[in-house]
Amino acid sequence: MTGPTQAVAPAAGLSLDLRAIALSRGERGGRRNILQSVDLIVAPGEQIAIVGASGAGKTSLLQIAAGALRADSGTLRLGGESFWQLPPRGRQRVRRALFLAPQVPPLPPRQRVVTAVLAARLPSLGFWRGLSSLLFPADLGAVRAALEPFGLASRIFDRVDRLSGGERQRVGLARALVAPARIWLLDEPLAALDPVHGEQVLALLCSEARRRGVTLLVSLHQAELAQRHFSRLVGLRAGRLAFDQGPDSIGAAQWTALYDVPPHNGLAASNGAA
Amino acid sequence: MNFARWPLVLTGIALAVLVAASFLTLDLHLTTLLAPASLAAMGRYAAEFLAPDLSPAFVGRLARAALETLAMSVLGTVIAAVLAAALCLPAARFAGRPPARWRVPARLLFNVLRAIPELVWASLLLVAAGLGPMSGTLALALHTAGVFGRLFAEAFENAPQGPAQALRVQGNRESLVLLYATLPQLGPQLLSYVLYRWENNIRAAAILGVVGAGGLGQMLAFHLGLFQNGRAASVIGAMVLLVYGVDLASYAIRRTMVRQH
Amino acid sequence: MRWIWLVLGMALLWPLLSVTEFAPWKMLEPRSLHASARFLAGFVPPATDSGFLVQVALGAWQTIAIATSGTVLALFLAVPLALCASASLSISSLTGRMAPLPFAVRQGLRGAMVALRTVPELVWALLLVRVVGLGPTAGVLAIGLTYGGMLGKVYAEILESADSHAARTLLANGSGRLQAFTHGLLPEAAAELTSYTVYRWECAIRSSVVLGFVGAGGLGQEMDNAVKMLAGGEVMTMLIVFVALVAGADGLSAWLRRVMQ
Repeated sequence: MTGPTQAVAPAAGLSLDLRAIALSRGERGGRRNILQSVDLIVAPGEQIAIVGASGAGKTSLLQIAAGALRADSGTLRLGGESFWQLPPRGRQRVRRALFLAPQVPPLPPRQRVVTAVLAARLPSLGFWRGLSSLLFPADLGAVRAALEPFGLASRIFDRVDRLSGGERQRVGLARALVAPARIWLLDEPLAALDPVHGEQVLALLCSEARRRGVTLLVSLHQAELAQRHFSRLVGLRAGRLAFDQGPDSIGAAQWTALYDVPPHNGLAASNGAA
Repeated sequence: MNFARWPLVLTGIALAVLVAASFLTLDLHLTTLLAPASLAAMGRYAAEFLAPDLSPAFVGRLARAALETLAMSVLGTVIAAVLAAALCLPAARFAGRPPARWRVPARLLFNVLRAIPELVWASLLLVAAGLGPMSGTLALALHTAGVFGRLFAEAFENAPQGPAQALRVQGNRESLVLLYATLPQLGPQLLSYVLYRWENNIRAAAILGVVGAGGLGQMLAFHLGLFQNGRAASVIGAMVLLVYGVDLASYAIRRTMVRQH
Repeated sequence: MRWIWLVLGMALLWPLLSVTEFAPWKMLEPRSLHASARFLAGFVPPATDSGFLVQVALGAWQTIAIATSGTVLALFLAVPLALCASASLSISSLTGRMAPLPFAVRQGLRGAMVALRTVPELVWALLLVRVVGLGPTAGVLAIGLTYGGMLGKVYAEILESADSHAARTLLANGSGRLQAFTHGLLPEAAAELTSYTVYRWECAIRSSVVLGFVGAGGLGQEMDNAVKMLAGGEVMTMLIVFVALVAGADGLSAWLRRVMQ
């Protein structure tokens, strides 16, 4: 089976090392802790699922891992380099090896699918090719090959706002297949997909990542899917690490605890009697 | 007396003083203007304008000058838009990132460009660019870039940041982020600002020529100077028609854009 | 489709550039560059000798005075025009549609206001300078005429969009139109009317500087003289004073509008 062509054969997946990550946000009534003393070490090419209830901090964790958000304290190392210690140029260099798919697909409504997908390839196209691709898209073959497994190759020249929510989500994920990235961070990639398509897409993403040796972090709230497709699950509960182990070793009690979260998590400290 | 009204009363008095001082210090001779003799003279002067020169040769020259003015307004506006978009990149503040180093200087630059009227720019640029439409085009471009700069920066800051952030995560440079994420979302809105400003710029372009920057303005100053008031009247007529035409075109384009969505 | 826009754009660009004689590289030719460099060099330091500063201060005051007097004159024109042109004070439309003659009169007045507005104030100033001579009178009259049209149009619109129930009741009960206005419409519309007027006064200050370039006095005329003499330092001082003046007027107008709320 031939897969989509890659811009740059990744040397290997990027390793991720998060230590003592803490993040809080000021709100009415005090500061809300979003993440507290989270440690996460992912080896190159490893695939993990991050599970937890909504509001547990999954999105913030992925954004911190992608260098898109700076934690209040803790360290971030990507590929062994301490990210925030690097000079701005160094950070831009490391960023070119990252790919973050936010929960809401980052597609400008009036843009054509081909350009939206190609945008993920920009780090490897350089300025002038990026400029000319606005009018004459480069690497059309790669874009088609990326959309094909998602069943959207025929929509390549359609406008994004003519697609359904599920189709837009799939286009957002297809971008990963053309990005010159060595680590994929996918935030709730199945949110807009029905269960059947969702499972197919998840399987596709995992196999593509494995084929390329790309490190994969996926946040999911569908615990069952996570258990079936990943050999390592990281549970987040109210901003803290609940567990970090293989699916078989997680007990039913731990699962219930994960989704049974008291209201106003984190505000208890400043609110006295909550 | 109702104390709450004092600010209003004081303001009223201050305004009255301002108005009185203005009229008194200016030495306007308004009463002599309204004397029968001067009214008659004005009437005669005005009458000369009621016989516009419509000979084919002259109308041809008018058309060429009108085209020059139109071209000045289009080119000046377009250059301003490109310049403003480029300078805006450092001037807009994006959520979640510290304000760029160049934000304050860029905003200052836009304010200065905007504060100086087109005509003043034109007279300054005449020194560098000489007589002719190039000075007018550049004057329009500079002033309008200031106007666009502020509008665009606000638009960039208020645009949904999702697509832009996704591209920044991948380490793309700001200019590509602008082209691939921000402009596709803001395109119609920015285009409508530009078209609206074009309506103002055609008026400005028409009169810039009075200081020597080409087009209908230069023709007007020329013929008025030679006391050829019939021809001057034709030039004014051409100006009015040109402005009306551009207003119509701008309105029509903006309406088709709205209907397309 | 993209091809077509691109080709069209490119095809239009060439004639645009040639008609406007757009050749920025000419500014870099030795002679031109030398002249611009010398002019620019003169800007720093700005001229600060006391005699000159007094002159500039007087010029600035004259500009404010021209703007104020011009706006007041405009009011004399705009208020009657707006009152007569506004449909809110129409007696014939109290009982259904407006009668044809009043309608025609109102449309005619609207047309007059449009005519006043459409001719650029710089053109009015150019013409008036030849009638009343160089100096502030031409500026005041030019502003009075154009702004009369602008204020009249906006006043009429404000009056029509205000709640006319009180006014119509008064008219129906036999009161005169002026009384209906002062007791029925004015309380409603006063804030908006004054706010727009103050805004226009601020625009008038900028206009009067521009008009100075064709001989209508004030700071603009001084600036024109200084540029023609290539006195960079003087131009710089006057630019700074102008920007400060406009900023001050802007602040004053914002404050005034807040006080009046």
